[in-house]
Amino acid sequence: MAGNTTGGGSQPASLATHERRALPAVFTRWWHALRELYARPSSALGTTLVLVFLAMALFGPLIAPYSATEQISGAARQAPSVQHLFGTDHLGRDVFSRVVLGARDILALAGLGTLFAVVIGTLIGLFSAYRGGLTDEVTFRFFDSLLALPALLLALLVLGVVGPSRNSVLVVLVIVYVPIVARVVRSVVLSTKQKGYVEAARLQGESTASIVRRDIFPSVTPALTVEAGLRFSYAIFLVASLGFLGVGVQPPNPDWGLMVSQARPYVSLTPWALYFPAAAIALLVIGVNLAADGLKRVMLPGREV
Amino acid sequence: MSRYIARRLLFLLLTLLLTSMIIFVVTQWLPGDVARVILGREASEPALAALRAELGLDQPLPLQYVSWLGRFLTGDWGTSYSTGEPVRALVLERAGNSMMLAGLTLLIAVPLSLLLGVVAGLKADKPLDATISIGSLAVVGLPEFVTGLILIEVFAFRLHLFPANSSIRPGTGFFEALPQLVLPALTATFVLLAYVTRLTRAGVVEEMRQGYVRTATLKGLPRRTVVGRHVLRNALLPTITVLAISFGWLIGGLIVIENVFNYPGLGRLMTFAIDRRDLPLMQAITLITVLAFALANLGADLLYAGLNPRIRLE
Repeated sequence: MAGNTTGGGSQPASLATHERRALPAVFTRWWHALRELYARPSSALGTTLVLVFLAMALFGPLIAPYSATEQISGAARQAPSVQHLFGTDHLGRDVFSRVVLGARDILALAGLGTLFAVVIGTLIGLFSAYRGGLTDEVTFRFFDSLLALPALLLALLVLGVVGPSRNSVLVVLVIVYVPIVARVVRSVVLSTKQKGYVEAARLQGESTASIVRRDIFPSVTPALTVEAGLRFSYAIFLVASLGFLGVGVQPPNPDWGLMVSQARPYVSLTPWALYFPAAAIALLVIGVNLAADGLKRVMLPGREV
Repeated sequence: MSRYIARRLLFLLLTLLLTSMIIFVVTQWLPGDVARVILGREASEPALAALRAELGLDQPLPLQYVSWLGRFLTGDWGTSYSTGEPVRALVLERAGNSMMLAGLTLLIAVPLSLLLGVVAGLKADKPLDATISIGSLAVVGLPEFVTGLILIEVFAFRLHLFPANSSIRPGTGFFEALPQLVLPALTATFVLLAYVTRLTRAGVVEEMRQGYVRTATLKGLPRRTVVGRHVLRNALLPTITVLAISFGWLIGGLIVIENVFNYPGLGRLMTFAIDRRDLPLMQAITLITVLAFALANLGADLLYAGLNPRIRLE
């Protein structure tokens, strides 16, 4: 996230040198952010958890001994053992493999949803608030009315109409989070655009696009980074909840929320098929929360809550 | 004050109008034909056309919206596609159940989270505060179904204190339903607890830094008086707004919780309606929930303004 601010050069001629210099700078910045996150025990724990799940998402197929959908014959409802670390479910699928492979599903879905929502919300917030006027007024009246619907209810309404699927969940995440991100960005822009250096840039005759990118966007990045972290943690929460309600990712995908709801009728026979995915959700959400809280302390120091 | 109330009411009506438009437009986007959803794949073209005319689906969208809203306001909420019953009776009965659950939740969650928040704020950066803060940070993000399943495992399966299934019969009173309400209400408490605790703590920490606290301490007031008379009055004021906002979370949380415990409230009805693509049911549930949410916000704003003259004079 922190690396986004460096992509400033728009002239193709300078691109090569720009990139060569920018790449190490990005790494140093990430390294710094990581070191600051590891300075507090709680955010260190959170970051570690997130990194573990990230590794699981990246290398899942290498770690998982079975496929997510393989029904091993004669091995249904087995308790955890060396062969099946988390046991097998009522259909004879290896729970450990499903949990490991499910990490990619939930992280990709929540991550992409957050990314799209942040990009679209930022663009709308930046330009709408900078321009002001009637369009800005109408846009944010509309967003406020969307926010009058509790997030999960809005999500369910949209899913009820477009039908449950992975893409629908992505659309839902964007619809639910764009107004929130746009609002956060707007509030920063409204105070920044009063500043003298923005006025100076305008008087120099710089284009709107250039003023928004060079003079206003940098002031938005700290709040935006924090908001993106928060949105990501809620997105994981929402994806898992929708999966549990059966209106999100559909079977036989190894979605953690879905696995929990599918294992419920068999909880007395195969409790492990329910509790391991539930624990995975809990650990991931706690990890992202603690890391996001640490990120907030690093990016917006002195701010309580 | 009356001008303030009038302005807030006008704003509320405007928001509700816009939101109802959004609900209407979203539900009209249904891919495929509503008439075909109702009559099934095999329906003949004349039958479909007749039903479309009956439902007003051949009219232009703005006209459909106006007549839909008009019917809703006059108490005709339509007929459920899936059960064939009038929507209103069903939705109002379930709304009553959801309100019982929400009421019990608020009764547990509000005092508890205020207490924890104030304690954490007064002991800021001591071990007790760290425990409360990290604890609330950890549970703040736990999905309700995870919390609910843990509570079921402990209190229903292990300790046999409360039932795991809360499917009460229609017309069950609050006290009769109480044993079945406890676990869902406890689960919902976690949704509010962490959030309200954190914001209350922040308010207390903020106020403790103010000059008037030092003045009060230096002129020899006992700490109990400083906190009780001065700090809490200022610090707890914003939590009214926090509670109104978290009411929206509670609504979302209840949708999941009712499904975990099989509790016949609006949330359970909503997932039922989605499974069957029952549009009139979905519309009515969403509208009634938005209305409740908006009224809660209005109530909080008015209470806030009543307690804090600075707001209404702005």
